[in-house]
Amino acid sequence: MSDLDAFRAETRKWLEANCPPAMRKPAVTEADACWGGRNFKFQSKDQETWMRRMAERGWTVPTWPKEYGGGGLTKDEAAVLKQEMRRIGAREPLVSFGIWMLGPALLKYGNEAQKHEHLPRIARGEIRWCQGYSEPGAGSDLASLRTKGEDGGDHYVVTGQKVWTSYADEADMIFALVRTEPDAPKHEGISFLLIDMEWDGVSTKPIKLISGKSPFCETFFDGVKVPKANVVGKPGEGWSIAKYLLTHERTNIVSVDSGAFAGGDPKRVALKHVGAGDDGRLADGVLRADIARFEIDALGFFATLERVKAEADTGQGVGARASTLKYVGSELNKRRHELVMSASGADGLLWEGPEETDGMAARNWLRSRANSIEGGTTEVQLNIISKRVLGLPDA
Amino acid sequence: MSFKLSEEQAMLRDAAREFLAEKSPVSELRRLRDEKNPDGFSRQLWSGMAEMGWLGVLVPEEHGGIGFGAVGAGLISEAMGRSLVASPFLSSAVLAAVAIREGGTDAHKAEHLPKIASGERIYALAADERPRHDPAAIDASAVRDGNGFRLSGVKRHIPEGHAADAFVVSAMLDGEVALFLVEAKAEGASTDARALVDSRYAADLTLNDVKLDGGALMSSGEAAQKALDAALETGRACLSAELLGAGETAFDATLDYLKQRQQFGRVIGTFQGLQHRAAHLHSELELTRSLAFKALAALDAGTPDAPMWCAAAKAKATAAGRLSASEAIQMFGGVGMTDEFDIGFFYKRAQAAGEFLGDDRFHADRLAKINGY
Ligand SMILES: Cc1cc2nc3c(=O)[nH]c(=O)nc-3n(C[C@H](O)[C@H](O)[C@H](O)COP(=O)(O)OP(=O)(O)OC[C@H]3O[C@@H](n4cnc5c(N)ncnc54)[C@H](O)[C@@H]3O)c2cc1C
Repeated sequence: MSDLDAFRAETRKWLEANCPPAMRKPAVTEADACWGGRNFKFQSKDQETWMRRMAERGWTVPTWPKEYGGGGLTKDEAAVLKQEMRRIGAREPLVSFGIWMLGPALLKYGNEAQKHEHLPRIARGEIRWCQGYSEPGAGSDLASLRTKGEDGGDHYVVTGQKVWTSYADEADMIFALVRTEPDAPKHEGISFLLIDMEWDGVSTKPIKLISGKSPFCETFFDGVKVPKANVVGKPGEGWSIAKYLLTHERTNIVSVDSGAFAGGDPKRVALKHVGAGDDGRLADGVLRADIARFEIDALGFFATLERVKAEADTGQGVGARASTLKYVGSELNKRRHELVMSASGADGLLWEGPEETDGMAARNWLRSRANSIEGGTTEVQLNIISKRVLGLPDA
Repeated sequence: MSFKLSEEQAMLRDAAREFLAEKSPVSELRRLRDEKNPDGFSRQLWSGMAEMGWLGVLVPEEHGGIGFGAVGAGLISEAMGRSLVASPFLSSAVLAAVAIREGGTDAHKAEHLPKIASGERIYALAADERPRHDPAAIDASAVRDGNGFRLSGVKRHIPEGHAADAFVVSAMLDGEVALFLVEAKAEGASTDARALVDSRYAADLTLNDVKLDGGALMSSGEAAQKALDAALETGRACLSAELLGAGETAFDATLDYLKQRQQFGRVIGTFQGLQHRAAHLHSELELTRSLAFKALAALDAGTPDAPMWCAAAKAKATAAGRLSASEAIQMFGGVGMTDEFDIGFFYKRAQAAGEFLGDDRFHADRLAKINGY
């Protein structure tokens, strides 16, 4: 038996013994997931047990080094763990911006003190992070951001406004892009700061989405004192870190729940609402064709995700190819929800009601529209692919 | 499953690319067309491919092949797609080879597989009878006659079928599917070659009460269906790889042109309207590459999801191959429409390779069926 086979057998046994049955089905909404944080309320004892058991092994962040709370697994071992979790339908024990975005950036750019302070807390779900990039005047043109950090000796005094900050009202800390070198060129004057949301001068105001939910906020900084020890990398190096982090964010936006179609599998929804004809096939031939074309692209997408990850050099991330994944994956997810809505017919329009039909389809559909905006819009991804992957010239 | 090629596979890929780029660039297809070559392919190239061992890529070593499996055949197909190599590779080395390997008796395998591998004879699979791919629609039928059979029917659109020395024919026997090995020269058998839009030939095979001895029956019933399916799936995956190779090559040419052609005082590749279309096409080709590889690897692994991957791959490769060539024509502008320029050959081949063994619509429907809706 190869080492990997032995690892698989061991992992399978451990998961069987330790994953509570209630955690062996996909999280359907964002609220079903365990996000961690100082104020997080577990939905159930099982949710808490599952997260803690996995965190103890470092398996909330399987590939991070053990000294930072990770599992220290190789890429191949991590893939086995994922397969074995999928085999029993186990959901992710913990999801967070710390895992998807900040962690990888800290591993690459953070100093030892920062890694030891922040990574284990992310791994154990103790601190929940949010992302302070976008501003009212800086969206796609992110580098034009104006939130400023004035030099106060051993600290910066941060003043300005962020917007669309997902879960800012529930997060404990924010990683923010702040202009600390006002005289430097646009891309070279930005620093990457770690700020506690409880510090004086930080406040948030929720914004309601078209889905009726309010997962994001305006975030205000009013003379917030941020120690210089909380600068990741060097002052002025924030843009490189921000971009590196974005490639992780982009790959993650589209790889969450790979292939499981949580929140609506078009063919299942269609068979339920439209039904099958005498030949046993979905009774609406045009809808069937549309769903089949979607499934072909979905198979192609998940296969590409697997391939790009396999081809990426360990630790180097996937680079500009993250933009291809982000573009294809987010457009695909929008298409999936459009199909679920269409397959549901007027049932899909329901906004309130019994559990299964309380607007889930409609709210998920509406939420999915953001996929091609958040983390850089579809148009921005196409720009990046054109220039960085295909080498087409700037205007 | 890994997307990584083994060392042997990588060597095969490199050798195929190098050999075919040198021996059979697109100008070769043009030459064959312009001189109205009756074969539509070069016999010399065919011998060269045999010498490289490629015609035996799907033939087990015990029968004189190299047994590189579907991934190997796909790598050769992809390289063939890159310069639009015309040859009976698909019909003989893929479709007929797999049909005989999976559906033939030991005697058939011993007699015919070595000849496929050596290129000594050309074989073809005669499955379709309709203009649109529909291998389940079989009107051809065989009746028992003493120890043998009499076979009648019309098999259509057999790629390079005019050059085949023998055919694997699907026909009904006692109400079930059966596969027969039929010599092209058998009395009552005739082929009718037609030049196609892609400057290659396909033939219709008319079987008029062809008398066969008992040994011509390869298999029948479930065994025949399985062998036929295996051949068709392998052919579909290989055509997907070919379409990928052709699609990527057309795209590379388009990208070069976008970086060089000037209008309005700048290169046209600076226009965002074109950049985004190029980026979209790139993404479609990425999906195609992943799916083609998944399909080929699933065939080699023999996993039950292989038909699903083959359907997805052929559907995507057909659509993306067509898109790549049609976007090429559009972005080249007027020159893209000229015969003098190669891109038209890619557009035409994409249509033909897309149609053979089922286009994107055929396979979308099949995928739905496989997935239970
Ligand atoms: C649900 C959701 C969650 C989010 N969470 C966060 C978060 O946690 N933290 C955070 O910092 N931000 C977050 N964002 C913000 C997101 O990153 C921005 O909305 C996004 O980058 C686009 O910026 P914008 O909204 O200002 O649009 P704009 O940049 O103003 O874009 C408007 C339109 O113009 C197009 N456009 C812009 N520039 C170009 C160009 N060069 N070429 C072609 N088209 C162009 C865009 O594609 C878009 O269609 C979130 C957004 C959403 C919707």
